[in-house]
Amino acid sequence: VCIHRVRSCSSIRFIKSKYVCVFDKSALKFSHQHRLFRTSAVSCGQIVQFKLSDIGEGITEVTVKEWYIKEGDSVSQFDSICEVQSDKASVTITSRYDGIIRKLHYNLDEIAYVGKPLVDIEIDASKGVSPEEDVVETPPMSHEEHTHQEIKGHKTLATPAVRRLAMENNIKLSEVVGTGKDNRILKEDILNYLAKQTGAILPPSPKAEIIPPSPKSETVPETPKDKARKTVPVSRPIVFSGKDKTEPITGFHKAMVKTMSAALKIPHFGYCDEIDLTQLVQLREELKPLAESRGVKLSFMPFFIKAASLGLLQYPILNASLDESCQNVTYKALHNIGVAMDTEQGLIVPNVKNVQICSVFEIAAELNRLQSLGSAGQLGTNDLTGGTFTLSNIGTIGGTYTKPVILPPEVAIGALGKIQVLPRFNGKGEVFKAQIMNVSWSADHRIIDGATMARFSNLWKSYLENPASMLLELK
Amino acid sequence: MVLQSSLKNCLQLPCILRTSKAGFRSTTSGGLIIQSVSNDVYQNLAVEDWIHDHMNLENRQVLFLWRNSPAVVIGRHQNPWQEFNLRLMRQKNIKLARRRSGGGTVYHDLGNINLTFFTTRKKYERMENLKLIVKALKALCPQLDVRVTDRYDILLDGQYKISGTAAKLGRTAAYHHCTLLCNADKFVLSSVLKSPYKGLKSNATPSVPASVQNLFEGDPSLTSEVLLDAIAEEYAVQHQIDHRITLINPGDEAVLPGINNKTEELQSWEWVYGKTPKFSVSTCFNMVYKDSVIDVKVDMDVKHGKIEVCRIDLPEQWLPPALCSELVKSLTGSKFCPNETTTLATTLLRVFPQDDELHSRWNLLCENMIMLM
Repeated sequence: VCIHRVRSCSSIRFIKSKYVCVFDKSALKFSHQHRLFRTSAVSCGQIVQFKLSDIGEGITEVTVKEWYIKEGDSVSQFDSICEVQSDKASVTITSRYDGIIRKLHYNLDEIAYVGKPLVDIEIDASKGVSPEEDVVETPPMSHEEHTHQEIKGHKTLATPAVRRLAMENNIKLSEVVGTGKDNRILKEDILNYLAKQTGAILPPSPKAEIIPPSPKSETVPETPKDKARKTVPVSRPIVFSGKDKTEPITGFHKAMVKTMSAALKIPHFGYCDEIDLTQLVQLREELKPLAESRGVKLSFMPFFIKAASLGLLQYPILNASLDESCQNVTYKALHNIGVAMDTEQGLIVPNVKNVQICSVFEIAAELNRLQSLGSAGQLGTNDLTGGTFTLSNIGTIGGTYTKPVILPPEVAIGALGKIQVLPRFNGKGEVFKAQIMNVSWSADHRIIDGATMARFSNLWKSYLENPASMLLELK
Repeated sequence: MVLQSSLKNCLQLPCILRTSKAGFRSTTSGGLIIQSVSNDVYQNLAVEDWIHDHMNLENRQVLFLWRNSPAVVIGRHQNPWQEFNLRLMRQKNIKLARRRSGGGTVYHDLGNINLTFFTTRKKYERMENLKLIVKALKALCPQLDVRVTDRYDILLDGQYKISGTAAKLGRTAAYHHCTLLCNADKFVLSSVLKSPYKGLKSNATPSVPASVQNLFEGDPSLTSEVLLDAIAEEYAVQHQIDHRITLINPGDEAVLPGINNKTEELQSWEWVYGKTPKFSVSTCFNMVYKDSVIDVKVDMDVKHGKIEVCRIDLPEQWLPPALCSELVKSLTGSKFCPNETTTLATTLLRVFPQDDELHSRWNLLCENMIMLM
């Protein structure tokens, strides 16, 4: 407590700390009876008991439901201290003073009494606020807006963010000229004040109505410092009071860390290619209204998924799974093709089951169902497990070639880039407009070789470049 | 959507709100009646916030009229799991909102009207507001047996609750809002507002269940629109102001600067679920697997909507202990949320041995855990 005191008082000499220590203990002992006044030169503040004010309607007791501050926190006037509840009314209690919270008189869910102390606040004595003084009622303003600070009896308006900035740079607000409404001190004013101190020139403020205090308004002759400023432009980074934020990784993200670490153990090899989707684009345009009339939104994915399944029939090793000891390969009978989905939480991969026996239309309908469940956050365990092969349509966001990571226990994955209109040469050597999409495959090199991947990709490509060929596979 | 009656017109609202903000002393009006054009519960709650934070209510009181599409609204310090059936709510696509005022849980739909009375903190007086409503109702339908109780409810025929009240008091402003059941879906109301969750222990504010009735059922002429108009008229008379209702669009950032941030905050998980007071779940359930019944005991502490402590007691060796502890470790720190648990559980499955038996046991356990949320 002693050390904390030293830090919080701006100009205390070390020799006084012992005195402060002693005083503090007695302050706590007597806090219920006396109001303590400092007459010595020590600049640490007095402890003031902030009592719970009248709630209205003759209410005498409330329940404390939430504390917004804890002991040791510093508060400004009008900051929220706690939330209390009484008979269906929730009341936000705000601080009357600037200072540091020294004691909370109640725990959560305890009954608090109107007129009795709620918190003890240590007020900085140099601010000169008498605890008996009534708070001046001003029109209600948003929490983000302005608080008043009384310095030597002169009200200086500044937002908490601006005051913090001033405090961090050891600037007294009373020395800064405010250029905002009602002489409010703005961030720019603090920065200009700083610039003057260090001789730096700041980049022009983006707000048109802020006019930096003109040196001409003060009849001060140009100092050598000003002259120096004109001839040597020095760029100083703007003071940024943001702090790093560290959070623990929990829940779903923790699980993803595990999965991706396991994926890293798989030796990936990549294979990429370019697909001419000109015919497919046209076909889809024709089929879209037909699907819509049956209540289904038709994208390109159902075609990609079905073509993949047809390819897997020829190259079943891509729909397999390697056991942990790498002794056995299991060829999965079902083609449960996963579709990577970007949701609020992150990447989830629901799968369409049994693609080998589904029509393109059925796949489209199932995708619709999974997509609406996905965006509502209501996918079930069955939808999210049992996948054997995955396609990721990253192209809807952007990109061409990527390097997708295989999702264990699968052995292959394909990532689809965006469809671009590009010039290509046809058989006659003429240039034509082609709808080009890039595909990037990754496969487990322990059981899949380059040739297999290439042949599978070529087959998949041929189905999509010439959609009519899929007809031959219709059952 | 709100019906436009001949008495409503879109005044130059920016003019009114801006002058209020600057502390303009109105010479004529001591009050203002506004109605929301939106049925989005979050937007409407944001308007309440905005008025509370930004309007100068010294010389002007405000009545805000609003209706919502289906939503469950819980009080500031309540526990949703204690109050209603979240599963059913999700299935029916009903929204969940947490308001800033105290009190209990209510079900809103377009057949329920909401009235908010804004005043300065000093002029906060709930009884007067409720008496105003009763007066308006009696003016419409003199033989209606409606009265205010000392719990600030309005009862019909001495037994059916048709209105509930809650309030929020800030530093200088205060509001009292209440519902009025005109023609709400009583069936959905009663099925949703019944909590199936067992073993919850918490200090959250509990709701007091009550039998409800729609005013419409007693008198079909009492539609939401008719009631809104009648109350607005009574308010206008009592405050000696023009019976003119100003329409307000809660999405209009120009008229209500900062409103979209407020709406976003009210929709955020951190507010809706994260503000649930600390609670614990201590329950057991049976799982039927093949031919046996497995008893499971679960203990969890949930703080800020996240699982702080988790314990699962299973019969020995039903699941490899390593897997069970993996589940507990992953649940600790994660949100007490079915979606989070589903994605977490299914993702973890990828790194486990590929054993069908193991997978189906894991899925069964996880699905049962999800049912608790």
